[in-house]
Amino acid sequence: MTLHLKKGSSRKSAYDLKNPLDELEETHTLAVLVDNEAGVLARVIGLFSGRGYNIDSLTVAETDAEGHRSRITIVTTGTPAVIEQIKAQLGLIIPVYRVNDLTVEGPSVEREMALLKVAGKGEKRVEAMRLADIFRANVVDSTLESFVFEITGAPEKIDAFTDLMRPLGLCDIARTGVAAMARGI
Amino acid sequence: MSREMTGAQIVVEALKEQGVDTIFGYPGGAVLPIYDAIFQQNDIKHILVRHEQGATHAAEGYARSTGKPGVVLVTSGPGATNVVTGMTDALMDSIPMIVLSGQVPTFMIGNDAFQEADTVGITRPCSKHNWLVKDTADLAETIHQAFHIATSGRPGPVLVDIPKDVQFASAPYKAKAKTSTARYQPQVKGDIEAITRAVEAFEQAERPIIYSGGGVINSGVASSQLLRELVTSSNSPITSTLMGLGAYPASGDNWLGMLGMHGTVEANLAMHGCDFMLCVGARFDDRITGRTDAFSPDSFKVHMDIDPSSINKIIRVDVPIIGDIGHILEDFLKVWKARGRKTKSAAIKKWWSQINEWQARNCLDFTNSDTIIKPQHALQRLEELTKNMDRYITTEVGQHQMWAAQYLNFDDPHRFMTSGGLGTMGYGLPASVGVQVAHPEALVINIAGDASFQMNMQEMATAIQFNLPVKQFILNNERLGMVRQWQQLLHGERYSQSWSESLPDFVKLAEAFGAKGILVSDPADLDEAIKEMLAYDGPVILDCVVEKHENCFPMIPSGKAHNEMILCDEETADAIDAAGKSRV
Repeated sequence: MTLHLKKGSSRKSAYDLKNPLDELEETHTLAVLVDNEAGVLARVIGLFSGRGYNIDSLTVAETDAEGHRSRITIVTTGTPAVIEQIKAQLGLIIPVYRVNDLTVEGPSVEREMALLKVAGKGEKRVEAMRLADIFRANVVDSTLESFVFEITGAPEKIDAFTDLMRPLGLCDIARTGVAAMARGI
Repeated sequence: MSREMTGAQIVVEALKEQGVDTIFGYPGGAVLPIYDAIFQQNDIKHILVRHEQGATHAAEGYARSTGKPGVVLVTSGPGATNVVTGMTDALMDSIPMIVLSGQVPTFMIGNDAFQEADTVGITRPCSKHNWLVKDTADLAETIHQAFHIATSGRPGPVLVDIPKDVQFASAPYKAKAKTSTARYQPQVKGDIEAITRAVEAFEQAERPIIYSGGGVINSGVASSQLLRELVTSSNSPITSTLMGLGAYPASGDNWLGMLGMHGTVEANLAMHGCDFMLCVGARFDDRITGRTDAFSPDSFKVHMDIDPSSINKIIRVDVPIIGDIGHILEDFLKVWKARGRKTKSAAIKKWWSQINEWQARNCLDFTNSDTIIKPQHALQRLEELTKNMDRYITTEVGQHQMWAAQYLNFDDPHRFMTSGGLGTMGYGLPASVGVQVAHPEALVINIAGDASFQMNMQEMATAIQFNLPVKQFILNNERLGMVRQWQQLLHGERYSQSWSESLPDFVKLAEAFGAKGILVSDPADLDEAIKEMLAYDGPVILDCVVEKHENCFPMIPSGKAHNEMILCDEETADAIDAAGKSRV
């Protein structure tokens, strides 16, 4: 039997048993292609704050310098009706070219990068190093009393790594937010 | 080779090329170059308002009565912040409006310069789009884009912020024809499959209702004609939102009156009891739906709208059709006719006999008086004495607005200008100024309340300056009538701050402005007073002193459904429960 996993609706459960009309909240990843003009990010963020939508994660950078296009990746939570409304409202913003809901449009990959500073000595320092190895985190800065790890992966992986580093002397963390893309062509 | 001009000249040239004949504005330091360019030409008339908010509402009145966009010109800082209310109003009611604002020179932006404000930041949520133009070379194209965006798709307000140095600097003029508008092309044709599905459901309808809105009017006069054809040829009952009044004539046989919170019994019960609802260019606003989980429980719903975000926002519909109402209605009629103009005529006849029963309750009846003027009576008399005239009506916001919608009849689109979505007190007087500018020979009446009128009464001076014979019909109850009504129903008759303690003498006020003032308080003198107002060639304030504690009925109390209307004072006790109280 194939499990029809619908990401977001099935975070806690392996089965997608959701009624599209019910009021349970789901998490969706939206890729928004915009003109890279002044104020475009403020328009997008203003829409979310003004209408009371959630932003779980937001990343933005220019992806096409010649065409002046930027890609905004937004992870948001809401009932199915709210998610539909968010997409429709985003579509009304004049500099928005396209809105893709990566959560429903087929399989996609999500990656996030984080920098974690872990300070410690002795056994804790060794343990941090060992765990970093397991998580395939890179050391990008090192002193005798600290490391800065760079880790890339799905947000859940970074959550897990962060939780492990906390008792080992985690003292600073910077996360980029999610970048996402549909699989295949 | 295009001509080289200053930014200020480019603004005027672009406006001319866009066919603008009138702008509403107020000068100030950061727009002086544009005002200088306006001084040196005669094609565009500038109407000097007395407050920038007045300019926006005048532009709205101009736009809604003509179908053309309204243009506003203001200075930086306070000039720009004063247009926020009017822009929000235009955004809610889908009115095409172009606001040009001056800004401090580019090299001073961010320095907290004199009369500097973050205009694009402030107006971002209240505009369809806005721009800060930092280079004169981009100015012409930006203005052409602004007109395109304001007027296409779902119309709305846009703002172009122009720093003073950009107005002084020179650049080649870019013509409208050379401006690309390909980037913003909203869908106008409806999906033919969806239209066919809608027609199929329409053919099966035994209890249909057509519920039309401002989208029909925005789509143009031809859309109103198509709507009328559909209603007449299918014998469907039709109701309309406040914004849609006039698209189908109030004198038409199939007209049920306005629906919603203060709509008629027959319209609301027909909405509740129908088995097929055709929503044409309306957006299921909360004033219309009442309690959403009890809204028209048994109907198949078709929603025609140009704005995809209006679909399923409040009410889930069975068939959404996105596009321009004119195009959709044309295709809908075409498909319906091609399939043989089928209707369940026997069932619809039965539906009509049910509706006729509801109509027989005469829900707009009121107890008249011969000692004091009832506001409803005043409007009935006004209707009687002006119905055959070339008449435009604007209103302020409150009880008088609802009574105007109930007791005045609108037989044509573009004849009723009112602030629907935002509910802006102070809209009506400046809007009447804008309407009169566009229609100098027509009769323009603003139905006002004593409180709303005072919110923008400075615009009487504008009416005087430009010889605009606007008639201000004030239903004076010395109260904030609608606030008072809600306090009576919801807050134990504790009338907190809803009294007008020190009203001006409106007759003297009119005279102080150079207008004519008329006072009437005896029902016996009412007709004479109205005739005197109509006969006077110039602005008039008619102070019509009315019953102070009259309530506006029918009313769907907040938190209730369409079939839970209250019709008179006797039914108001405990009409609103705790859940309803928290609603607006």
